Amino acid sequence: MKTRHLIDRTSRNLIFVLALASFAVLVAIAVFTLKEALPALQQVGLLDFLFGTEWRPTSGQFGILPMILGTVMVAIGAVIFAVPLGVGCAILLAEVAPPRIRQFLRPAVELLVGIPSVVYGLVGLVLVVPLIREIGGPGLSLAAGVVVLTAMILPTIISISEDSIRAVPRKYKEGALALGATEWQMMWRVVLPAARPGIGASIVLGIGRAVGEAMALVMVVGMATAIPISPLDPARPLAPSIALETNYATGLHRSALFAIAVVLFVLIIIINSLAMMIMRRGARAHGVR
Amino acid sequence: MCAEAATRRVIAVVSVLLTLSLLAVGCGREVAGTITEAGSTTVEPVAERLAAEYVEKHPDIQVITGGGGTAVGITSVNNGLVDIGAASRELKADEPQLVKHLLAKDGIAIVTSPHNPVSGLTKDKIREIFGGIVTNWKDVGGSDHAITVVVREEGSGTRTAFEEMVMAKPEPAIPVTNRALQQNTNVGIRTYVAGNRYAIGFISFGYVTASVKALAIDGVEATKENAKNGTYPIVRPLYFLTKEAATGFVKQFIEFCLSAEGQAIVAEEGYISIA
Repeated sequence: MKTRHLIDRTSRNLIFVLALASFAVLVAIAVFTLKEALPALQQVGLLDFLFGTEWRPTSGQFGILPMILGTVMVAIGAVIFAVPLGVGCAILLAEVAPPRIRQFLRPAVELLVGIPSVVYGLVGLVLVVPLIREIGGPGLSLAAGVVVLTAMILPTIISISEDSIRAVPRKYKEGALALGATEWQMMWRVVLPAARPGIGASIVLGIGRAVGEAMALVMVVGMATAIPISPLDPARPLAPSIALETNYATGLHRSALFAIAVVLFVLIIIINSLAMMIMRRGARAHGVR
Repeated sequence: MCAEAATRRVIAVVSVLLTLSLLAVGCGREVAGTITEAGSTTVEPVAERLAAEYVEKHPDIQVITGGGGTAVGITSVNNGLVDIGAASRELKADEPQLVKHLLAKDGIAIVTSPHNPVSGLTKDKIREIFGGIVTNWKDVGGSDHAITVVVREEGSGTRTAFEEMVMAKPEPAIPVTNRALQQNTNVGIRTYVAGNRYAIGFISFGYVTASVKALAIDGVEATKENAKNGTYPIVRPLYFLTKEAATGFVKQFIEFCLSAEGQAIVAEEGYISIA
């Protein structure tokens, strides 16, 4: 009996320590990144760093506005394409598709999540970039980044949206149909609004993935430091900028890359808290009803 | 039955550990000394070949080569992390002054697609193209199409050397256009230029293959001979760096690299031997 209590207690403590350790890792990363970023932020100044338009680190110019805009454009572009596609696919999977097709489609979508981003980049480089070059410009472009990111965030949007559509109580649908609504009206007016918090969260998580993506983008967006004017122009988002230059960066240049990481860190924290907020509000709304 | 599962798990863990330790024993051979080298990725392929040849002659010595870039090579040899650092450019005044061993020279080729009708440019035009002043191929004898400039990322030794030899001379220096595409490897630039007939980029001589065309500069063909005899204008030194004068087997290794045999390997790898 005693040994059993002992095992209970030690395992509880062990789990507690492990949980703390993972939190400690997070804190350590944040502290280290900030510490490495500090020299650049101090020397350049936060405002000049965030709103400067020239990035020439070896000549002492550290403006990341083109990168912030690059990240925003590429993420928004991907969301514009991925949301209708993803939500449509989620509705198909949750409500329309016969079970046999769903049995096949759902694992396929989940498999997409596991594909390493470098594979997306490679496929984009070989398939998408030459096509875009046919239209005009250098091929490596904002548009190529949007296409690749769309494919990458689709699975996130599909699987979370599908779960939240499935979670809509059966009685809502039956109630709508009983009142004489068509299937379309039921879907559009009842199911989707009820599933909105989950769909919203999936979109925000998709944005989060788009903002953090480095490897696939560095291969297809061209990385020119000028602010893109057309979708066919090259772009230079934040995360791939770190991936591009980290190899050879030393001194202040290296510190500036860490400062970019801090900006990314803050962006991701904001995006994730937004996702959590949306989901929590959704949960509350369901509970009240 | 619970105990049975647990026993099986223990057996699995033990056998994995045994296999690993056997592997470790199998790998270890008698080593009298280890030489570590890191730095310029331009030097990396040559250093790898030289190390392999050297180890074949001296099986008791282990040579570990790595990349990281010129700046990493300089700092790691200065901090004593590696025995030999590799640099693909002159040391700057604000960098630690290390002992330089001239290993080879390397030309930087200005490359386009083989389908591009332009086969030569003046150094001034090259400067204007990479500076974003000349932006259409028709201004330099090609077809009427926008020029796509591809460069290495900031911090790369190849880019620094290119900027010093082309963009900075004559004064005042022109910065590389911010519309230029950026790639972080020689191979990345080569692949892109090979696939886009309106692109222009620069890569080290060692990376030039038939998939791209190296342009003549001021009428001088981009050949190793022209680089060696000093007529080709964009040539940079490749150095092995040591913190102090090399001693022991590090010295022996560097001497091997500079010997006729070592220099033959340098030439085979596409660089310009100094012998």
